Amino acid sequence: MQSTKENTRIGFYVCHCGHNIAAMVDCADVAKYVKGLPNVVLSRDYKYMCSDPGQELIQKDIREYNLNRVVVASCSPLLHEHTFRSATAAGGLNPYYFHMVNIREHDSWVHTDRGEATAKAKALAHAAIDRVAFHKALETKTVKINPDALVVGGGIAGIHAAMTLANAGKKVYLVEREPSIGGHMAKFDKTFPTLDCAACILTPKMSEVGAHPNITLWSYSEVAQVDGYVGNYKVRVKRKPRYISEERCIGCMDCISQCVFKEPKFEDEFNEGLGKRKPVYIPFPQATPQIVVIDPNVCLNFKRAKGPDGTPIVSDKCKKTCVEACGDKNAIDFTQKEEIKEIEVGTIIVATGFKTFDSKRIPGYGYGIYKNVYTALEIERLVNASGPTGGEVILREGKNPDGSPKHPKSIGIIHCVGSRDKKTNIWCSRVCCMYSMKLAHLLKEHTDAEVYNFYIDIRAPGKGYEEFYNKLLDEGVHFIRGRVGEVTDWAMTPEEEGKLVIRVEDTLAGYVRRIPVDMVVLSSGLEPQADAQDVRRLFNMSCGTEGFFLERHPKLAPVNTFTDGIFIAGACQGPRDIPDTVAQAGAAAAEALVLIDKGYVEQEPNTAFILDEECSGCKSCVPLCPYSAILYDETRKKAHINEALCKGCGTCVGACPSGSIVQNLFEDEQIFSEIQGVLAYD
Amino acid sequence: MTKEWRPRIVAFFCNWCTYTAADLAGVSRMKYASNVRVIRLMCSGRVDPQFVLDALTRGADGVLIGGCHPGDCHYAEGNYKMLRRFQLLKRLLRDMGIEEERVRLEWISAAEGDKVKAVINEMTEQLMKLGPLGLPQRFEEWDKEVTRLEEEIRGDAAGAGCACAAKLQKPAAASKSEVAHV
Ligand SMILES: Cc1cc2nc3c(=O)[nH]c(=O)nc-3n(C[C@H](O)[C@H](O)[C@H](O)COP(=O)(O)OP(=O)(O)OC[C@H]3O[C@@H](n4cnc5c(N)ncnc54)[C@H](O)[C@@H]3O)c2cc1C
Ligand code: SF4
Ligand code: SF4
Ligand code: FES
Repeated sequence: MQSTKENTRIGFYVCHCGHNIAAMVDCADVAKYVKGLPNVVLSRDYKYMCSDPGQELIQKDIREYNLNRVVVASCSPLLHEHTFRSATAAGGLNPYYFHMVNIREHDSWVHTDRGEATAKAKALAHAAIDRVAFHKALETKTVKINPDALVVGGGIAGIHAAMTLANAGKKVYLVEREPSIGGHMAKFDKTFPTLDCAACILTPKMSEVGAHPNITLWSYSEVAQVDGYVGNYKVRVKRKPRYISEERCIGCMDCISQCVFKEPKFEDEFNEGLGKRKPVYIPFPQATPQIVVIDPNVCLNFKRAKGPDGTPIVSDKCKKTCVEACGDKNAIDFTQKEEIKEIEVGTIIVATGFKTFDSKRIPGYGYGIYKNVYTALEIERLVNASGPTGGEVILREGKNPDGSPKHPKSIGIIHCVGSRDKKTNIWCSRVCCMYSMKLAHLLKEHTDAEVYNFYIDIRAPGKGYEEFYNKLLDEGVHFIRGRVGEVTDWAMTPEEEGKLVIRVEDTLAGYVRRIPVDMVVLSSGLEPQADAQDVRRLFNMSCGTEGFFLERHPKLAPVNTFTDGIFIAGACQGPRDIPDTVAQAGAAAAEALVLIDKGYVEQEPNTAFILDEECSGCKSCVPLCPYSAILYDETRKKAHINEALCKGCGTCVGACPSGSIVQNLFEDEQIFSEIQGVLAYD
Repeated sequence: MTKEWRPRIVAFFCNWCTYTAADLAGVSRMKYASNVRVIRLMCSGRVDPQFVLDALTRGADGVLIGGCHPGDCHYAEGNYKMLRRFQLLKRLLRDMGIEEERVRLEWISAAEGDKVKAVINEMTEQLMKLGPLGLPQRFEEWDKEVTRLEEEIRGDAAGAGCACAAKLQKPAAASKSEVAHV
């Protein structure tokens, strides 16, 4: 149905949104005002426009009153534009004859004076009425969705998302930065609140990923570049050299035992530096893939220098006993170079997780100063049966009189390190209370020590969590309420001698206490990854103020991002525990499957085009387009936009000196009429 | 006039960052001055200097442009393109005698609902101090001046040159006097 400005027939609806709008905006008054505006045939106020009856009302009115334009003043178009466009279409009109006015997020919710808020609603409605008269019928474009998917990050979130997609029969690329997948969970001994062994539930999943015919696992790799758009992403993945052929290595680890370094000598990242590894190593026994890595920074066969392209230079100075041990498997390859893989996928799930707060940022707690102050992650490794001490909790500093390693007899666990504090991070890290209690239980079990928890509040809001807290109280773990002031080795009494003293104001007892302990554990909070900002740019996502990736809508689209086809899962979106992470990963996979199984996606027809007769051939627009969508025809001396490439930013439109570029849905006339409309009040 | 005078601000917000931030301010029930009217564009790069001039000519006292932070534009670099255009626009506005504070460009990310509030409140305060821009009235005065000059020139019967007051290329809004220039 085409209409000219002359026979424009507009239907206007203002929504009460229950009390959300009606409490601050006089909806009936707005409807009355709009009724008097040009081209308005009908103007109504209604309780809930987005409800079924609300949408049906639009459809009925379109037919009965022969409307050819629809305007709804309600919430944000980012929320319900699609709903009302669909209703408009169901009423028999082209959906782009609809326009939406935001009088909730931009008006009733942010203002306090009913008169002013009502005046604003009128002005915004006026603008929409003026604008919609210039709307044109447009066709929605559809683009095909490539069924292959990419999952970035192989923690429990990425593992679960990849498995879900792969089990649904989709081809998945899983890209993990470290030599093995597993993320933080792989480091834990037990998990709260059930205390089931982390390895027992995680490692089977990891091997399944490694063996799944639909999953291509690229560990020790990072995404370098992402181009394209929903359904059609072109991704470049950087595969770092591990100096081992993945095809030929069978994971026998003979090379490790035969390395010229007889003893492990180098800091072991997986064990948080508590253990040592060799230059050729596997991060942990169940690592997936089961392929060793050579660290060129310490391997003797590399000069301690880098070539012009940044890769380490082979010196061939080592006896290479590893190569000998590998024998005819011939898997060790010192000439391996960084490799770039190019893949095409339709959807991407980002699951890059978190990092823990650097406890050194609070010097008063003594991490890095006193050896017997530990981070929680270090304790995870220390109590772990496959950890550096085989699960024996021994102190870093101090020996028994007979020279044997010392076990702590008293332990203080400090909650909220780097969390809930304006000086560091203001958010609650959600898992620290629970993992602190888990560690309290495990440490008590391993050492029978007296364990003190220093907390601000106990936050145990999960299934079985409060019960876990009660269990700990029964076990005789001490809980002292108060933010710890400092950890010091300065003894004031004989029993404090040789101990670490935790000074805290006990806010329940109402006085300052000094608790001497052998071991201090810092429950560091969860933070965004150090490179979260780079990753965000790579995938065209947003970050919240704290730096975690931002979801499209906190309630209704928690795993979507502002870029279609790109989803987030796990702790990269904010601190969370494993159950929530897995649930979210499943949700992200389901969202990706929706796109994949539908096979196509509808796109906003907000692309730009050039009015050939008007183009003066000045070429101003050509270099402006970030997608190189504008071509210049030298013979005709005219510019032309390739619609398939245009993403509809409108940058070229704003720059054309002869005004010859038009952006659908954002035409000059439409915007000028909006400007006129918003200013038409007194 | 019984009510206290309030400046009129027309805002152009990009869909992906600043408009979303304004939505967030709403969801978080932040409160800010009600005299701002937001127009949604896909990208700050879509802002045509003519939009700004048009808004001012039609009686806006200030114009606020909001886009994603540098490097964060949903379309890679629309905001940089806008920034360049904005520098030129500012020079033009200065020549027109329009105070710097009246036209403002702000980078506001989708997470910065509080910044939407702060910027709008601050701008409102600044404009309250500056008072109405009254461009429509000013145009009328300029028109009168131009007519007077024209009469003078005609009086001189020379028509020597009119590089004068008409520096300003008037935007679409146009008052009747445009005819006089042609
Ligand atoms: C000390 C401690 C104890 C905890 N104990 C428990 C517990 O008992 N129970 C529980 O439910 N929760 C516990 N948690 C919380 C748990 O760790 C998280 O819920 C979970 O690890 C989140 O999983 P994830 O996959 O989102 O992130 P992560 O585990 O952080 O995994 C992210 C993965 O992505 C990879 N990666 C990062 N950036 C990139 C990139 N740019 N490219 C490619 N790959 C990348 C990382 O190498 C990593 O493998 C604990 C947390 C801590 C700190
Ligand atoms: S800027 Fe406008 S006039 Fe110049 S080439 Fe592009 S479309 Fe043609
Ligand atoms: S609207 Fe944006 S994407 Fe489309 S042609 Fe113009 S500059 Fe390129
Ligand atoms: S999309 Fe926000 S400035 Fe370009």
